[in-house]
Amino acid sequence: MSTSIAASGHAATRERPPIGSVGVVGWMRTNLFGSVWSTAVTLALGYIIVRVLFAVFEWGVVHAIWSVPYGKNGIPDTSVCQNVKGVGACWAVLADKYRLILFGRYPYDEQWRPAIVVLLFIGLYVVSAMRRFWRKELALIWVVTLALVAILMWGGVLGLPLVTEDYWGGLPITLILATFGLAFAFPLSVLVALGRRSTKLPAVKVLCVLYVELIRGVPLISVLFMASVMFPLFMPAGVNIDKLLRAQIAFILFAGAYLAEVVRGGLQALPKGQTEAADALGLSYWQRTGFIILPQALRLVIPPLVNTFIGFFKDTSLVLIIGLFDLLTMGKVALSDPPWQSFSTEVYIGLAVIYIAFCFAMSKYSRNLERDLSRARNR
Amino acid sequence: MSQTVADPRLVAARAAPKKRMRLSWSDPLFRAIVWQIVIIGVVALVAWYLISNTIANLDARHIATGFAFLDRVAGIPIGESLLPYNPAVNTYGRALLIGVLNTIKVAAIGVVLATILGTLIGIGRLSTNWLLARLTAFYVETLRDIPLLLQLLFWYTILQGLPAPRQALHIGSTLFLTNRGLKIAELDWQPADTGAVVAFLIGVCGMVLWSRYADRRQDATGVRPSAWPVALLLLIGLPVAIWAAMGAPFAIDYPSLRGFNFQGGGTVSPEYFALLIGLVTYTASYIAEIVRSGILAVPKGQWEAAGALGLRNSEVLRQVILPQALRVIIPPMTSQYLNLTKNSSLAVAIGYQDIVSIANTTLNQTGQAIEGIAVIMAVYLTISLSISLFMNWYNARIALVER
Repeated sequence: MSTSIAASGHAATRERPPIGSVGVVGWMRTNLFGSVWSTAVTLALGYIIVRVLFAVFEWGVVHAIWSVPYGKNGIPDTSVCQNVKGVGACWAVLADKYRLILFGRYPYDEQWRPAIVVLLFIGLYVVSAMRRFWRKELALIWVVTLALVAILMWGGVLGLPLVTEDYWGGLPITLILATFGLAFAFPLSVLVALGRRSTKLPAVKVLCVLYVELIRGVPLISVLFMASVMFPLFMPAGVNIDKLLRAQIAFILFAGAYLAEVVRGGLQALPKGQTEAADALGLSYWQRTGFIILPQALRLVIPPLVNTFIGFFKDTSLVLIIGLFDLLTMGKVALSDPPWQSFSTEVYIGLAVIYIAFCFAMSKYSRNLERDLSRARNR
Repeated sequence: MSQTVADPRLVAARAAPKKRMRLSWSDPLFRAIVWQIVIIGVVALVAWYLISNTIANLDARHIATGFAFLDRVAGIPIGESLLPYNPAVNTYGRALLIGVLNTIKVAAIGVVLATILGTLIGIGRLSTNWLLARLTAFYVETLRDIPLLLQLLFWYTILQGLPAPRQALHIGSTLFLTNRGLKIAELDWQPADTGAVVAFLIGVCGMVLWSRYADRRQDATGVRPSAWPVALLLLIGLPVAIWAAMGAPFAIDYPSLRGFNFQGGGTVSPEYFALLIGLVTYTASYIAEIVRSGILAVPKGQWEAAGALGLRNSEVLRQVILPQALRVIIPPMTSQYLNLTKNSSLAVAIGYQDIVSIANTTLNQTGQAIEGIAVIMAVYLTISLSISLFMNWYNARIALVER
């Protein structure tokens, strides 16, 4: 290299930077060994990380058991797993129970239906995430998808056998609670946020403030308890509302209060000139709100909306406490099977991976969106 | 400002002409009143419908409403409580009070620990050390994406999977980790220790007064008197002197293995420990992001300007950066504290007896569903309101004073 540069004459005077300041070595010198402290931290952390990774690799891969033999009566023989307990993971529990964890007690032969439902939900999220679909038609897509979900889960039409809610469970319940919750809570939250911002209707404003602050002041679990023990008292005698639906209503009421605050943030962030300009054009309140204010305000709050949605997605796991069969509950049900009782770590890791997959995708999307939107604003 | 009384004619001329309301749909005020009556009416109707159903249902089930059950003997066994409690004698009221105290116990310690851990991690994410920054980012990203309930169950299982007392993991003879919880050596508490603590608190008050005096001195002379001799005297000297004057008792109660379990020493139950670890690690991942964005929100020019004035690095951080960063940090931090408190209600899933757990047992035993849930909600609303009032007061104190 140096000879060729020297040969070209004029480049000979250009000095190359010292070897220690560029490339891999230079990067390591600035980012890992910048100072005495930095070097000490790097060495200590590096040692711990390598040790932990090795231990996890040995436990999770090298000494792990992936499948176990089954006895004559179909009961798994977990003695192999018991022998390596503490040394190796027993992933066989997931291999044995994954259908139960994912789809609950849904009839085994019909489990393709909840599987399609899960795919439909994922498709719905992907479509909603694409900016070219941020139009009024998106609401139609949601209605059609949610109707399809209901038909697939219940059946009873088109030759599908009827499956009542008692047999639903696993991932579809988690997704149903989160998605239906958002679909119904969102319109509610927009109305509440508008009510809270209203200056001409003080009584409505007080109602909205009371609702939002009351719900936000208590934990979700108390709202769920209310749905499971108090709701039956509210209904006239003889009317019995299904447990899933009661939990769903609790979720909608809870999510509505939090989303209302997010939407209110968007309404507040909008310059007042927009309202005044709309008034100057002679638009009525609903015309102004529907055509001018909301389209701009809602766009502003999409990233916090996604973050709130992530929170609700995680919060659906709380229905475990009132005895609904969501993903987390099914994990515990799988663990109640005597042969597998002592392998909870493996099951919890499996569940965590599913939750992380959904939440990480959403939060990554939310952050990218936030960056794109702020880039457009900060031009 | 000198002209205090305005010319009445001018005021009258400036005020908008007062419009009288007309009973017509084209009058906005009339419309607003009608709409409000309609909406309030609908809400009241729904409420009346629900309440009348509830009363009918309660009658049909022969459940008496009211809080009379609070005076009945509870009979709920409670594992850990800050007050003396005997299930055979004490009432539901006392059981619920213990639940409230347990909630506060986990929330208060959780808030402090989560703030410390979260701040450390948040600063770690800003580190120039690539490994540290990536590791803390990984921590934040992972813990935020797993439901708290799953994490609590996980920690609880881990703690239950620990060895039995005989094979306890231990550090010397001061700390033992077993499946019955954490056992730690405890100071044998004497009146002299209480005296020392009181003296320390007096010392803290003294330091506050002294720093006001130092501020005045600095304003007057430009030189701040050095702090450490006074701090040494007030914060360490005074408590030690009081403690020595009261006889300097010093005995440590070590946990020791007798039979199948430990005797003596302090105990942290596995339920409390699991709940605390779960809440702290989970909330710290949110606090870390808040701290990070707060520090990033202070422009770099502030560091440079303070440096140009000749301030030391510690002074820059304390006098220039932190006051500005705190303004960004406090409001979201408040909501994290509230979240931690509300999330402590998940204790019911792992059997720590907080207010939700005890109220739930109560309402199952007595059938007083409405009262039980009302108690839970009232407790959390009170705690939430107190935390937000305190944080609002603190926020107002450190807020930017503008003209």
